[in-house]
Amino acid sequence: MRDKLLIIAAGIITGLLAVILVWQGNPANMGFCIACFLRDVAGGLGLHRAAVVQYLRPEIMGLVLGAFIVALLSREFKPSGGSSPALRFILGMLMMAGALIFLGCPLRLILRLAGGDWNALVALPGYVFGIYIGTIFLKKGFSLGRSQPQPALNGLAAPFFSLFLLVLLFAAPAFIFFSEEGPGSMHAPAAIALIAGLLVGILAQRSRLCTMGAIRDLILFKDYQLFLGFAAIFVVVLLGNLLTGRFNPGFVDQPVAHTDGIWNFLGMTVVGLAATLAGGCPLRQLILSGEGNGDALITVLGAVTGAAFMHNFGLAASGSGVTPGGQWTVIIALVLLLIIGSANIRAAVRAKVSQDANVRAG
Amino acid sequence: MPETIDCRGLACPEPVLLTRQALQEHSSGTLTILVSTAVARDNVTRAARSMGWSVESAETADGFSLTVKK
Repeated sequence: MRDKLLIIAAGIITGLLAVILVWQGNPANMGFCIACFLRDVAGGLGLHRAAVVQYLRPEIMGLVLGAFIVALLSREFKPSGGSSPALRFILGMLMMAGALIFLGCPLRLILRLAGGDWNALVALPGYVFGIYIGTIFLKKGFSLGRSQPQPALNGLAAPFFSLFLLVLLFAAPAFIFFSEEGPGSMHAPAAIALIAGLLVGILAQRSRLCTMGAIRDLILFKDYQLFLGFAAIFVVVLLGNLLTGRFNPGFVDQPVAHTDGIWNFLGMTVVGLAATLAGGCPLRQLILSGEGNGDALITVLGAVTGAAFMHNFGLAASGSGVTPGGQWTVIIALVLLLIIGSANIRAAVRAKVSQDANVRAG
Repeated sequence: MPETIDCRGLACPEPVLLTRQALQEHSSGTLTILVSTAVARDNVTRAARSMGWSVESAETADGFSLTVKK
Protein backbone atom coordinates (compact mmCIF):
# COMPACT_ATOMS: atom_id res chain seq x y z
CA MET A 1 0.00 0.00 0.00
CA ARG A 2 2.83 2.32 0.91
CA ASP A 3 4.44 1.65 -2.50
CA LYS A 4 1.21 2.49 -4.28
CA LEU A 5 0.81 5.77 -2.39
CA LEU A 6 4.43 6.63 -3.14
CA ILE A 7 4.07 6.19 -6.87
CA ILE A 8 0.78 8.09 -6.93
CA ALA A 9 2.49 10.92 -5.01
CA ALA A 10 5.42 10.83 -7.45
CA GLY A 11 2.99 11.05 -10.37
CA ILE A 12 1.03 13.91 -8.80
CA ILE A 13 4.13 15.98 -8.01
CA THR A 14 5.69 15.28 -11.41
CA GLY A 15 2.45 16.43 -13.02
CA LEU A 16 2.25 19.57 -10.87
CA LEU A 17 5.86 20.47 -11.64
CA ALA A 18 5.24 19.91 -15.35
CA VAL A 19 2.39 22.43 -15.22
CA ILE A 20 4.54 24.88 -13.23
CA LEU A 21 7.48 24.57 -15.65
CA VAL A 22 5.25 25.42 -18.62
CA TRP A 23 3.79 28.36 -16.68
CA GLN A 24 7.36 29.47 -15.91
CA GLY A 25 8.45 29.40 -19.54
CA ASN A 26 8.96 25.86 -20.88
CA PRO A 27 7.34 25.16 -24.29
CA ALA A 28 3.69 24.09 -24.15
CA ASN A 29 3.05 20.45 -23.21
CA MET A 30 6.79 20.24 -22.46
CA GLY A 31 7.04 20.68 -18.72
CA PHE A 32 9.15 17.56 -18.89
CA CYS A 33 10.35 15.76 -22.00
CA ILE A 34 13.43 13.68 -21.50
CA ALA A 35 14.05 13.14 -25.21
CA CYS A 36 13.53 16.83 -26.07
CA PHE A 37 15.72 17.93 -23.18
CA LEU A 38 18.56 15.53 -24.04
CA ARG A 39 18.27 16.73 -27.63
CA ASP A 40 18.53 20.34 -26.38
CA VAL A 41 21.60 19.38 -24.30
CA ALA A 42 23.18 17.84 -27.42
CA GLY A 43 22.48 21.13 -29.20
CA GLY A 44 23.77 23.24 -26.33
CA LEU A 45 27.05 21.34 -26.51
CA GLY A 46 27.17 21.95 -30.25
CA LEU A 47 26.83 18.25 -31.12
CA HIS A 48 24.12 19.35 -33.56
CA ARG A 49 23.50 22.78 -35.04
CA ALA A 50 19.71 22.98 -35.15
CA ALA A 51 19.61 26.55 -33.84
CA VAL A 52 16.10 26.31 -32.38
CA VAL A 53 16.78 23.40 -30.00
CA GLN A 54 19.95 24.24 -28.10
CA TYR A 55 19.95 24.65 -24.32
CA LEU A 56 21.51 22.88 -21.36
CA ARG A 57 18.22 21.89 -19.71
CA PRO A 58 18.79 21.90 -15.94
CA GLU A 59 15.89 19.46 -15.47
CA ILE A 60 18.17 16.71 -16.84
CA MET A 61 20.96 17.44 -14.38
CA GLY A 62 18.43 17.74 -11.56
CA LEU A 63 16.92 14.34 -12.35
CA VAL A 64 20.31 12.61 -12.29
CA LEU A 65 21.53 14.43 -9.17
CA GLY A 66 18.23 13.95 -7.32
CA ALA A 67 18.34 10.22 -8.01
CA PHE A 68 22.02 10.13 -7.03
CA ILE A 69 21.53 11.87 -3.68
CA VAL A 70 18.53 9.81 -2.62
CA ALA A 71 20.17 6.58 -3.80
CA LEU A 72 23.21 7.39 -1.65
CA LEU A 73 21.01 8.11 1.38
CA SER A 74 18.91 4.98 0.92
CA ARG A 75 21.97 2.78 0.28
CA GLU A 76 20.75 2.00 -3.22
CA PHE A 77 23.71 3.65 -4.95
CA LYS A 78 25.36 0.69 -6.69
CA PRO A 79 27.97 1.15 -9.39
CA SER A 80 27.25 -1.57 -11.92
CA GLY A 81 27.59 -2.19 -15.62
CA GLY A 82 28.74 -4.52 -18.33
CA SER A 83 25.41 -5.78 -19.66
CA SER A 84 25.77 -5.40 -23.45
CA PRO A 85 26.93 -1.76 -23.35
CA ALA A 86 27.33 -1.46 -27.13
CA LEU A 87 23.79 -2.71 -27.76
CA ARG A 88 22.45 -0.41 -25.05
CA PHE A 89 24.14 2.55 -26.77
CA ILE A 90 22.32 1.62 -29.97
CA LEU A 91 19.03 1.13 -28.10
CA GLY A 92 19.48 4.65 -26.69
CA MET A 93 20.06 6.03 -30.19
CA LEU A 94 16.98 4.25 -31.54
CA MET A 95 14.85 5.34 -28.59
CA MET A 96 15.79 8.94 -29.37
CA ALA A 97 15.20 8.44 -33.10
CA GLY A 98 11.63 7.29 -32.48
CA ALA A 99 11.00 10.10 -29.99
CA LEU A 100 12.20 12.76 -32.45
CA ILE A 101 9.79 11.42 -35.07
CA PHE A 102 6.82 11.75 -32.68
CA LEU A 103 8.38 14.85 -31.08
CA GLY A 104 8.44 13.71 -27.50
CA CYS A 105 9.41 10.95 -25.12
CA PRO A 106 6.64 8.90 -23.49
CA LEU A 107 6.49 11.39 -20.63
CA ARG A 108 5.72 14.17 -23.09
CA LEU A 109 3.20 11.84 -24.74
CA ILE A 110 1.26 11.90 -21.46
CA LEU A 111 1.63 15.70 -21.24
CA ARG A 112 0.51 16.17 -24.87
CA LEU A 113 -2.49 13.95 -24.25
CA ALA A 114 -3.39 15.96 -21.15
CA GLY A 115 -3.09 19.16 -23.20
CA GLY A 116 -5.69 17.93 -25.71
CA ASP A 117 -3.17 17.09 -28.45
CA TRP A 118 -5.01 14.20 -30.10
CA ASN A 119 -1.91 13.28 -32.14
CA ALA A 120 -0.71 11.78 -28.89
CA LEU A 121 -3.88 9.68 -28.83
CA VAL A 122 -2.65 8.12 -32.08
CA ALA A 123 0.87 7.68 -30.72
CA LEU A 124 -0.18 6.01 -27.44
CA PRO A 125 -1.40 2.78 -29.09
CA GLY A 126 1.88 2.81 -31.05
CA TYR A 127 3.81 2.98 -27.78
CA VAL A 128 1.73 0.16 -26.27
CA PHE A 129 2.24 -1.89 -29.44
CA GLY A 130 6.03 -1.44 -29.22
CA ILE A 131 6.02 -2.52 -25.58
CA TYR A 132 3.80 -5.50 -26.46
CA ILE A 133 6.35 -6.68 -29.05
CA GLY A 134 9.05 -6.23 -26.39
CA THR A 135 7.14 -8.41 -23.91
CA ILE A 136 7.00 -11.21 -26.48
CA PHE A 137 10.81 -11.12 -26.63
CA LEU A 138 11.00 -11.03 -22.81
CA LYS A 139 8.71 -14.04 -22.48
CA LYS A 140 10.85 -15.94 -24.95
CA GLY A 141 13.92 -15.30 -22.78
CA PHE A 142 15.31 -12.02 -24.12
CA SER A 143 18.18 -10.71 -21.99
CA LEU A 144 21.07 -8.33 -22.56
CA GLY A 145 23.02 -10.38 -20.04
CA ARG A 146 24.05 -9.83 -16.46
CA SER A 147 25.62 -6.63 -15.20
CA GLN A 148 28.49 -6.80 -12.73
CA PRO A 149 29.39 -4.61 -9.77
CA GLN A 150 31.88 -1.92 -10.86
CA PRO A 151 34.45 0.21 -9.04
CA ALA A 152 32.86 3.26 -7.37
CA LEU A 153 34.12 5.83 -9.85
CA ASN A 154 31.96 4.26 -12.59
CA GLY A 155 28.84 5.12 -10.63
CA LEU A 156 29.98 8.69 -10.09
CA ALA A 157 30.34 9.36 -13.83
CA ALA A 158 26.72 10.43 -14.39
CA PRO A 159 26.43 12.76 -11.36
CA PHE A 160 29.81 14.35 -12.11
CA PHE A 161 28.94 14.86 -15.76
CA SER A 162 25.68 16.49 -14.60
CA LEU A 163 27.61 18.85 -12.32
CA PHE A 164 29.91 19.69 -15.25
CA LEU A 165 26.88 20.56 -17.40
CA LEU A 166 25.52 22.77 -14.61
CA VAL A 167 28.83 24.65 -14.46
CA LEU A 168 28.66 25.16 -18.24
CA LEU A 169 25.04 26.33 -17.96
CA PHE A 170 25.74 28.95 -15.29
CA ALA A 171 29.17 30.02 -16.58
CA ALA A 172 27.79 30.16 -20.16
CA PRO A 173 31.11 30.15 -22.02
CA ALA A 174 31.01 31.26 -25.66
CA PHE A 175 31.29 27.71 -27.04
CA ILE A 176 27.97 26.67 -25.49
CA PHE A 177 24.94 27.28 -27.70
CA PHE A 178 21.73 28.82 -26.36
CA SER A 179 18.78 29.11 -28.77
CA GLU A 180 17.55 32.63 -29.33
CA GLU A 181 14.26 31.50 -30.86
CA GLY A 182 12.17 28.33 -31.03
CA PRO A 183 11.57 25.71 -28.32
CA GLY A 184 15.19 25.87 -27.11
CA SER A 185 14.76 29.54 -26.20
CA MET A 186 11.66 28.81 -24.13
CA HIS A 187 12.56 27.71 -20.67
CA ALA A 188 11.72 28.21 -17.04
CA PRO A 189 14.34 30.05 -14.93
CA ALA A 190 17.30 27.69 -14.46
CA ALA A 191 16.98 27.49 -10.66
CA ILE A 192 13.31 26.51 -10.84
CA ALA A 193 13.99 23.93 -13.55
CA LEU A 194 16.88 22.48 -11.54
CA ILE A 195 14.80 22.18 -8.37
CA ALA A 196 11.93 20.61 -10.32
CA GLY A 197 14.38 18.10 -11.77
CA LEU A 198 15.84 17.33 -8.33
CA LEU A 199 12.39 16.72 -6.83
CA VAL A 200 11.26 14.44 -9.65
CA GLY A 201 14.65 12.67 -9.55
CA ILE A 202 14.18 11.91 -5.85
CA LEU A 203 10.57 10.77 -6.23
CA ALA A 204 11.19 8.75 -9.39
CA GLN A 205 14.10 6.96 -7.73
CA ARG A 206 12.06 6.06 -4.65
CA SER A 207 8.92 5.07 -6.56
CA ARG A 208 10.61 3.45 -9.63
CA LEU A 209 8.37 5.60 -11.88
CA CYS A 210 8.70 4.37 -15.47
CA THR A 211 6.34 5.06 -18.37
CA MET A 212 7.37 1.83 -20.11
CA GLY A 213 7.25 -0.32 -16.98
CA ALA A 214 3.72 1.02 -16.38
CA ILE A 215 2.44 -0.63 -19.54
CA ARG A 216 4.86 -3.58 -19.60
CA ASP A 217 3.86 -4.76 -16.13
CA LEU A 218 0.18 -4.49 -17.06
CA ILE A 219 0.76 -6.68 -20.13
CA LEU A 220 3.13 -9.18 -18.50
CA PHE A 221 1.82 -9.48 -14.95
CA LYS A 222 -1.47 -7.53 -14.81
CA ASP A 223 0.40 -5.51 -12.18
CA TYR A 224 -0.85 -1.94 -12.17
CA GLN A 225 1.48 -0.38 -9.55
CA LEU A 226 3.66 1.55 -12.02
CA PHE A 227 0.61 2.43 -14.08
CA LEU A 228 -0.72 4.40 -11.10
CA GLY A 229 2.14 6.88 -11.61
CA PHE A 230 1.42 7.16 -15.32
CA ALA A 231 -2.27 7.80 -14.62
CA ALA A 232 -1.57 10.29 -11.81
CA ILE A 233 0.62 12.43 -14.11
CA PHE A 234 -2.13 12.46 -16.73
CA VAL A 235 -4.92 13.40 -14.32
CA VAL A 236 -2.97 16.19 -12.60
CA VAL A 237 -1.73 17.76 -15.84
CA LEU A 238 -5.19 17.51 -17.39
CA LEU A 239 -6.69 19.31 -14.39
CA GLY A 240 -3.86 21.86 -14.41
CA ASN A 241 -4.38 22.57 -18.10
CA LEU A 242 -8.15 22.88 -17.67
CA LEU A 243 -7.78 25.29 -14.75
CA THR A 244 -5.17 27.48 -16.45
CA GLY A 245 -6.91 27.54 -19.84
CA ARG A 246 -4.20 25.50 -21.56
CA PHE A 247 -6.40 22.59 -22.67
CA ASN A 248 -6.79 22.95 -26.45
CA PRO A 249 -8.34 19.79 -27.91
CA GLY A 250 -7.63 18.95 -31.54
CA PHE A 251 -5.15 17.56 -34.06
CA VAL A 252 -3.93 20.71 -35.82
CA ASP A 253 -1.86 23.63 -34.55
CA GLN A 254 -0.66 21.74 -31.49
CA PRO A 255 2.57 23.03 -29.94
CA VAL A 256 5.76 21.30 -31.15
CA ALA A 257 3.78 18.56 -32.91
CA HIS A 258 2.76 17.36 -36.37
CA THR A 259 -0.35 15.56 -37.59
CA ASP A 260 1.28 12.68 -39.49
CA GLY A 261 -0.64 9.87 -37.76
CA ILE A 262 1.13 6.81 -39.09
CA TRP A 263 4.57 8.17 -38.20
CA ASN A 264 3.39 9.33 -34.79
CA PHE A 265 2.20 5.76 -34.19
CA LEU A 266 5.33 4.06 -35.58
CA GLY A 267 7.73 6.55 -33.98
CA MET A 268 6.36 5.63 -30.57
CA THR A 269 6.39 1.93 -31.50
CA VAL A 270 10.16 2.33 -31.90
CA VAL A 271 10.39 4.06 -28.51
CA GLY A 272 8.23 1.43 -26.79
CA LEU A 273 10.17 -1.52 -28.17
CA ALA A 274 13.59 0.08 -27.60
CA ALA A 275 12.64 1.03 -24.03
CA THR A 276 11.37 -2.47 -23.27
CA LEU A 277 14.56 -4.10 -24.57
CA ALA A 278 16.67 -1.54 -22.65
CA GLY A 279 14.63 -2.07 -19.46
CA GLY A 280 13.38 1.49 -18.99
CA CYS A 281 11.96 4.60 -20.64
CA PRO A 282 14.24 7.64 -21.13
CA LEU A 283 13.25 9.02 -17.69
CA ARG A 284 14.04 5.72 -15.98
CA GLN A 285 17.42 5.52 -17.76
CA LEU A 286 18.36 8.93 -16.33
CA ILE A 287 17.30 7.88 -12.84
CA LEU A 288 19.24 4.61 -13.06
CA SER A 289 22.30 6.55 -14.27
CA GLY A 290 22.11 8.57 -11.07
CA GLU A 291 21.97 5.34 -9.05
CA GLY A 292 25.32 4.32 -10.51
CA ASN A 293 24.04 2.10 -13.29
CA GLY A 294 26.65 2.44 -16.04
CA ASP A 295 24.50 0.55 -18.55
CA ALA A 296 21.79 3.19 -18.17
CA LEU A 297 24.36 5.98 -18.58
CA ILE A 298 25.52 4.36 -21.82
CA THR A 299 21.88 4.30 -22.98
CA VAL A 300 21.53 8.02 -22.17
CA LEU A 301 24.76 8.83 -24.04
CA GLY A 302 23.43 6.79 -26.96
CA ALA A 303 20.26 8.90 -26.86
CA VAL A 304 22.29 12.15 -26.89
CA THR A 305 24.29 10.84 -29.86
CA GLY A 306 21.08 9.75 -31.57
CA ALA A 307 19.69 13.27 -31.21
CA ALA A 308 22.82 14.69 -32.85
CA PHE A 309 22.47 12.24 -35.76
CA MET A 310 18.77 12.99 -36.17
CA HIS A 311 19.32 16.75 -36.43
CA ASN A 312 22.62 16.72 -38.30
CA PHE A 313 21.18 14.42 -40.97
CA GLY A 314 17.84 16.22 -41.21
CA LEU A 315 15.92 13.17 -39.96
CA ALA A 316 14.09 14.66 -36.97
CA ALA A 317 10.46 15.62 -37.48
CA SER A 318 9.24 19.19 -37.06
CA GLY A 319 5.91 20.96 -36.84
CA SER A 320 5.60 20.57 -40.60
CA GLY A 321 5.85 16.78 -40.49
CA VAL A 322 8.22 13.86 -41.00
CA THR A 323 10.86 13.96 -43.74
CA PRO A 324 11.34 10.96 -46.09
CA GLY A 325 14.66 10.39 -44.33
CA GLY A 326 12.84 10.34 -41.02
CA GLN A 327 10.40 7.75 -42.36
CA TRP A 328 13.26 5.52 -43.47
CA THR A 329 14.85 5.98 -40.05
CA VAL A 330 11.74 4.58 -38.38
CA ILE A 331 11.69 1.54 -40.65
CA ILE A 332 15.41 0.87 -40.19
CA ALA A 333 15.04 1.35 -36.43
CA LEU A 334 12.22 -1.21 -36.28
CA VAL A 335 14.29 -3.74 -38.24
CA LEU A 336 17.33 -3.18 -36.00
CA LEU A 337 15.19 -3.58 -32.87
CA LEU A 338 13.71 -6.84 -34.13
CA ILE A 339 17.24 -8.10 -34.84
CA ILE A 340 18.49 -7.06 -31.38
CA GLY A 341 15.41 -8.65 -29.80
CA SER A 342 15.66 -11.98 -31.57
CA ALA A 343 19.45 -12.24 -31.38
CA ASN A 344 19.43 -11.99 -27.58
CA ILE A 345 17.00 -14.71 -26.66
CA ARG A 346 19.13 -16.83 -24.39
CA ALA A 347 18.16 -20.16 -23.00
CA ALA A 348 21.25 -20.07 -20.80
CA VAL A 349 20.11 -17.14 -18.65
CA ARG A 350 16.93 -19.07 -17.83
CA ALA A 351 18.91 -22.03 -16.56
CA LYS A 352 18.58 -22.55 -12.87
CA VAL A 353 21.70 -22.31 -10.86
CA SER A 354 22.28 -24.84 -8.17
CA GLN A 355 24.43 -24.99 -5.12
CA ASP A 356 27.38 -22.98 -6.36
CA ALA A 357 25.26 -19.83 -6.44
CA ASN A 358 24.58 -20.29 -2.75
CA VAL A 359 28.27 -20.49 -2.03
CA ARG A 360 29.01 -17.38 -4.04
CA ALA A 361 26.18 -15.52 -2.36
CA GLY A 362 27.81 -16.43 0.96
CA MET B 1 19.67 -27.58 -0.13
CA PRO B 2 16.80 -25.52 -1.57
CA GLU B 3 16.73 -24.79 -5.28
CA THR B 4 18.39 -21.47 -6.09
CA ILE B 5 17.49 -19.03 -8.84
CA ASP B 6 20.34 -16.64 -9.54
CA CYS B 7 18.93 -13.33 -10.80
CA ARG B 8 21.93 -11.25 -9.84
CA GLY B 9 22.86 -8.63 -12.41
CA LEU B 10 19.68 -9.17 -14.41
CA ALA B 11 17.59 -6.11 -15.27
CA CYS B 12 13.89 -5.93 -14.44
CA PRO B 13 11.60 -7.59 -15.34
CA GLU B 14 13.86 -10.62 -15.83
CA PRO B 15 14.09 -11.53 -12.12
CA VAL B 16 10.28 -11.46 -11.87
CA LEU B 17 9.86 -13.55 -15.01
CA LEU B 18 12.35 -16.15 -13.75
CA THR B 19 10.74 -16.24 -10.31
CA ARG B 20 7.23 -16.66 -11.68
CA GLN B 21 8.41 -19.40 -14.00
CA ALA B 22 10.05 -21.25 -11.10
CA LEU B 23 7.08 -20.82 -8.75
CA GLN B 24 4.67 -22.05 -11.41
CA GLU B 25 6.69 -25.26 -11.60
CA HIS B 26 6.27 -25.92 -7.87
CA SER B 27 3.06 -26.25 -5.89
CA SER B 28 4.94 -25.91 -2.60
CA GLY B 29 8.44 -25.98 -1.13
CA THR B 30 11.30 -23.59 -0.48
CA LEU B 31 13.31 -21.67 -3.06
CA THR B 32 16.17 -19.23 -2.74
CA ILE B 33 16.24 -16.29 -5.13
CA LEU B 34 19.33 -14.11 -5.40
CA VAL B 35 19.00 -10.54 -6.68
CA SER B 36 21.42 -7.61 -6.73
CA THR B 37 19.17 -4.55 -6.42
CA ALA B 38 16.45 -3.32 -4.08
CA VAL B 39 14.17 -2.86 -7.09
CA ALA B 40 14.50 -6.53 -8.03
CA ARG B 41 14.01 -7.52 -4.35
CA ASP B 42 10.78 -5.49 -4.15
CA ASN B 43 9.45 -6.71 -7.50
CA VAL B 44 10.23 -10.38 -6.83
CA THR B 45 8.71 -10.11 -3.35
CA ARG B 46 5.53 -8.57 -4.74
CA ALA B 47 5.25 -11.19 -7.49
CA ALA B 48 5.83 -14.14 -5.12
CA ARG B 49 3.36 -12.85 -2.53
CA SER B 50 0.72 -12.28 -5.21
CA MET B 51 1.13 -15.98 -6.08
CA GLY B 52 0.53 -16.96 -2.47
CA TRP B 53 4.13 -17.59 -1.36
CA SER B 54 5.75 -16.10 1.73
CA VAL B 55 8.99 -14.19 1.29
CA GLU B 56 11.84 -13.45 3.67
CA SER B 57 14.63 -11.15 2.58
CA ALA B 58 18.21 -11.04 3.85
CA GLU B 59 21.02 -8.78 2.73
CA THR B 60 24.09 -10.46 1.25
CA ALA B 61 27.50 -9.16 0.22
CA ASP B 62 26.35 -8.47 -3.32
CA GLY B 63 22.62 -7.88 -2.96
CA PHE B 64 19.74 -9.78 -1.38
CA SER B 65 18.84 -13.39 -0.82
CA LEU B 66 15.11 -14.08 -0.80
CA THR B 67 13.72 -17.24 0.77
CA VAL B 68 10.38 -18.06 -0.80
CA LYS B 69 8.13 -20.67 0.88
CA LYS B 70 4.73 -22.29 0.48
